[in-house]
Amino acid sequence: MNKPDWIRIAPVTDIPVREGRAVKIGDLEVAIFNLGSDFVAIENRCPHKGGPLADGIVSTLGDSVTVTCPLHNWRVCIDTGAVRKPSAQNACVRTFAVRIKDGLVMISKAPAAAEQEAAA
Amino acid sequence: MRQRLVLIGNGMAGVACVDQILKHGAPFDVTIFGDETHVNYNRIMLSSVLAGEKEFDDIVLNDIDWYRKHGIKARLGVRIEAIDREARTVAGSDGSITPYDKLIFATGSNAFVPPIEGSDKNGVFVWRTLDDTRQLVGMSGPGIKAAVIGGGLLGLEAARGLQVRGCDVTVIHIAGHLMERQLDPTGGSYLTQKMNGLGVKVLTGKSTKAVLGNGHVEGLRFADGSEIDANLVVIAAGIRPNSGLARAAGLEVNRGIVVSDHMETSDPNIYAVGECTEHRGQLFGLVAPLFDQGKVLAAAITGRPGEGFQASAPAAKLKIMGVDVFSAGDLDESKPGTESVRFEDPSLGIYKKLVLRENRLVGVVLVGDASDDHRYVNWIRTKEDLTKQRRHLLTPPPAADAGFDVAQMADSETVCGCLGVTKGAIIEAIHQHGISTLGQLKDRTRASTGCGTCAQVCQSILKAVSPEFEEEKAKVMCDCVRFNQEQVREMIRTQRLKSVQEVLDIYGNGIGCEICKPAISYMVDVAWCGDHDEDRSARYINDRVHANIQKDGTFSVVPRMRGGVTTPSELRRIADVADKYKVPMVKVTGSQRLDLLGVRKEDLPKIWEELGMPSGQAYTKGLRMVKTCVGSEFCRFGTQDAIKTGVELETRLENLFSPHKTKLAVVGCPRNCAEATVKDIGLIGQDGSWQVVVGGAAGKGVRKADLLVTVATSEEAIEAAEIFFQYYRENASYLERTYDFLERLGIEKVRRETIYAADDVRAGLIDRLRKSKARSYDAWLEGRQPRTTQFVQISPIETWSSV
Ligand code: SRM
Ligand SMILES: Cc1cc2nc3c(=O)[nH]c(=O)nc-3n(C[C@H](O)[C@H](O)[C@H](O)COP(=O)(O)OP(=O)(O)OC[C@H]3O[C@@H](n4cnc5c(N)ncnc54)[C@H](O)[C@@H]3O)c2cc1C
Ligand code: SF4
Ligand code: FES
Repeated sequence: MNKPDWIRIAPVTDIPVREGRAVKIGDLEVAIFNLGSDFVAIENRCPHKGGPLADGIVSTLGDSVTVTCPLHNWRVCIDTGAVRKPSAQNACVRTFAVRIKDGLVMISKAPAAAEQEAAA
Repeated sequence: MRQRLVLIGNGMAGVACVDQILKHGAPFDVTIFGDETHVNYNRIMLSSVLAGEKEFDDIVLNDIDWYRKHGIKARLGVRIEAIDREARTVAGSDGSITPYDKLIFATGSNAFVPPIEGSDKNGVFVWRTLDDTRQLVGMSGPGIKAAVIGGGLLGLEAARGLQVRGCDVTVIHIAGHLMERQLDPTGGSYLTQKMNGLGVKVLTGKSTKAVLGNGHVEGLRFADGSEIDANLVVIAAGIRPNSGLARAAGLEVNRGIVVSDHMETSDPNIYAVGECTEHRGQLFGLVAPLFDQGKVLAAAITGRPGEGFQASAPAAKLKIMGVDVFSAGDLDESKPGTESVRFEDPSLGIYKKLVLRENRLVGVVLVGDASDDHRYVNWIRTKEDLTKQRRHLLTPPPAADAGFDVAQMADSETVCGCLGVTKGAIIEAIHQHGISTLGQLKDRTRASTGCGTCAQVCQSILKAVSPEFEEEKAKVMCDCVRFNQEQVREMIRTQRLKSVQEVLDIYGNGIGCEICKPAISYMVDVAWCGDHDEDRSARYINDRVHANIQKDGTFSVVPRMRGGVTTPSELRRIADVADKYKVPMVKVTGSQRLDLLGVRKEDLPKIWEELGMPSGQAYTKGLRMVKTCVGSEFCRFGTQDAIKTGVELETRLENLFSPHKTKLAVVGCPRNCAEATVKDIGLIGQDGSWQVVVGGAAGKGVRKADLLVTVATSEEAIEAAEIFFQYYRENASYLERTYDFLERLGIEKVRRETIYAADDVRAGLIDRLRKSKARSYDAWLEGRQPRTTQFVQISPIETWSSV
């Protein structure tokens, strides 16, 4: 599982800038966000009560980019998957590495950080 | 033995004096006789009761518990008819004889009724008491032609109150200009224009000779032979001290009961206080000096006579919103060494005049802008030499807060003239008791509980001094955009920013959050009347898919049913859709419509299409619904067509956004079956008129709506609602419901800036509302041409063999 196993998801144009979209891959639901400069992907399930993170508003908290869950406003960092607010929570959602190729969004089962290391 | 103290007159001056006596801890058994049946109330505020801004409960000064707590025997509804000074007893209208050791007269004044033929006809009133006020309220309404005889403070306030209640009002004044005792002719003509602007007609130089009509008043005839129609007449031609009883008892009485500097009458056991007195030849008609009299008398009667009473320079302020008039001091320009300094701006309607004698201020007249009254009153009081300030007499250096700088006020300056509270006392109270709201300040110091006109100044002092208040003021929108909403609104307008992203890029951190993005989305929409660059990524999910998200990520669908009215075919379609899409729950909502709960996002467009009904916007900050009752078409009590009016109102306002959700109701009579008095905007039908009320709530909290205006026709009522709605859209903070908005601004300010604003201001509000409306659309139409993947869940091109 260390080597990213990339699959093609959808054309980049399917995800409007600064919004997220949910994609169902088998039993897993992934939220993919278009941040303008790049794309990120996390599990589409809020650690609080399972809210659909893809429907949240892309936001910032301190220096991390987060998504605010539409149900009760928890904020989840979209780079690391860590819950940033409420700060006492050390819950986390899964992240997925994303790459753009031929106008298509591709994701891998490997966490986002692994992809960054691989790229480095 | 305890002395027996009897007070005749349960009014403002007498009771305030007894309150002072109690503070001295004097051992009196107190009995108060009052021929009104009410506990002591704030007579000044009857103007607000007449105008529908306050209820009786709001103006009570001493409730029955107060009398009980201090062991005071209150004999209400009992009139003292005679006094036996020899036996030292008073005889009441109930046949009672009550002995006294000390007696205080506080019988106030009577309304003066000039010799006018037929003034005893039905429909002719004077205005002095709460009972008078209630009668006037009962008689007034649209279609009533009211004439007020007398263009002084009282007459003008009566005229405005009746006008607010929908009457067609004319003020008739005998002198050449209004308020001739307080204003010069120029000031008077500015005032006339202001009154005309409120819709009140003014006739000056008219002496009323006769009340016409057969039993009930039908009109008035004047000395010059001309006539007008009127079916309600209020005589407000002045007051006369109520001194007959004292005269009959053999006390020295001139026009009023003659009192010494210590409020003693010619009988050593009898004192007098209030409007019934005459002090050094002077009579009184305003409350401030009367409270001073009370303090002097309290000291004297308890054996600690201090400095005697000295009448201060009279200062008068008209309590009509949007008509600022202030006058104080000596306006006689004929005395030697007198000069006057003036400022006039006819188009702004501002007139100011200062009367100076040897470079000291002796009198002032302010019309149209009375925000500097404190400065002038202080100058008059301190007799300050103004030579150095000649350049800034009328144009003070610009101050931050509404042209009035509290920092410039001396601590000894009086802020609340009615209750004699100084700036120093207010500051001390704020520091000592950690006060941060006007309510707390009122509780502690009583400041602004009299006529209430100093509330603004109290607020400014609070702002400047209270640490908590300061924090409120500096509140920024969020961590991304570190400005308050007021500033952001201003930036959007002046920098002509049309998108959320522009605002975030220039004034924020470029990304924003769930707090600032929806707020800015709303602000750019309203600022450009819908002609902005819509950015859905900045909207909450409800506003991206036009439905309310639920706990499991599904959505609810509430179609619009204007006025709560539906049809069999709509109901059938709703039933069909619910069956076809297996909607888990169909429910009647608390807002008179139906809710399909638990709908999947991808089904939304199809459901909307098949319902063929517009969005009820139950998911957004905008116009929700207009609830209606049955109304005059069917209900046996209905006086107005609530359904038709409600449907029309909803049609005009639907699809518009607002700072928070806005809920309306229209009812056909005051039984109020659709709960209009607790809605953001309510229309309440009456026989021949509508009341438009605003700022009601029955959610987290309950608040009774304030009366905005009374109007004759449904169209006028709808327009009043539209004007208020646009005003709320433009001025409230994002997420501020009308009930908080009204608490913050006060109904007076809202009225002044909406219904009673200048024609062009009102037209501007309506115009911008129409522009927004023209650009608005039913959000559910988006289901037909969705934005990219707006409603769909993306299906991946490929998938992992195992996840
Ligand atoms: C559906 C409905 C309950 C019902 O089945 O009757 C409802 C449902 C919700 N109300 Fe309500 N309110 C509903 C009528 C009311 C009413 C009654 C009325 O409108 O006359 C009130 C009191 C009046 C008022 O608005 O103040 C009401 C006062 C609230 C409040 C408290 C507002 C306040 O400031 O006091 C909230 C919370 C908020 O807005 O901050 C709220 C919030 C909500 C939300 C939207 C909570 C949320 O954000 O998800 C609920 C959505 C439930 C869901 O899963 O869809 N709802 N809610 C009603 C929809 C009416 C409609 O047809 O549009
Ligand atoms: C509508 C209105 C608006 C006003 N606005 C202002 C304002 O903005 N600013 C301001 O400074 N002043 C204002 N005034 C004037 C102010 O209310 C009076 O100056 C103040 O109330 C006088 O107090 P008082 O105690 O002398 O008389 P009152 O308050 O009139 O009290 C006298 C009481 O004695 C009772 N009484 C009389 N004779 C007898 C008897 N024989 N036996 C038993 N009881 C008796 C009367 O019924 C009355 O209740 C206003 C007055 C009115 C009517
Ligand atoms: S009262 Fe309103 S907000 Fe509360 S549970 Fe019911 S619908 Fe939801
Ligand atoms: S489910 Fe996300 S905050 Fe509650």
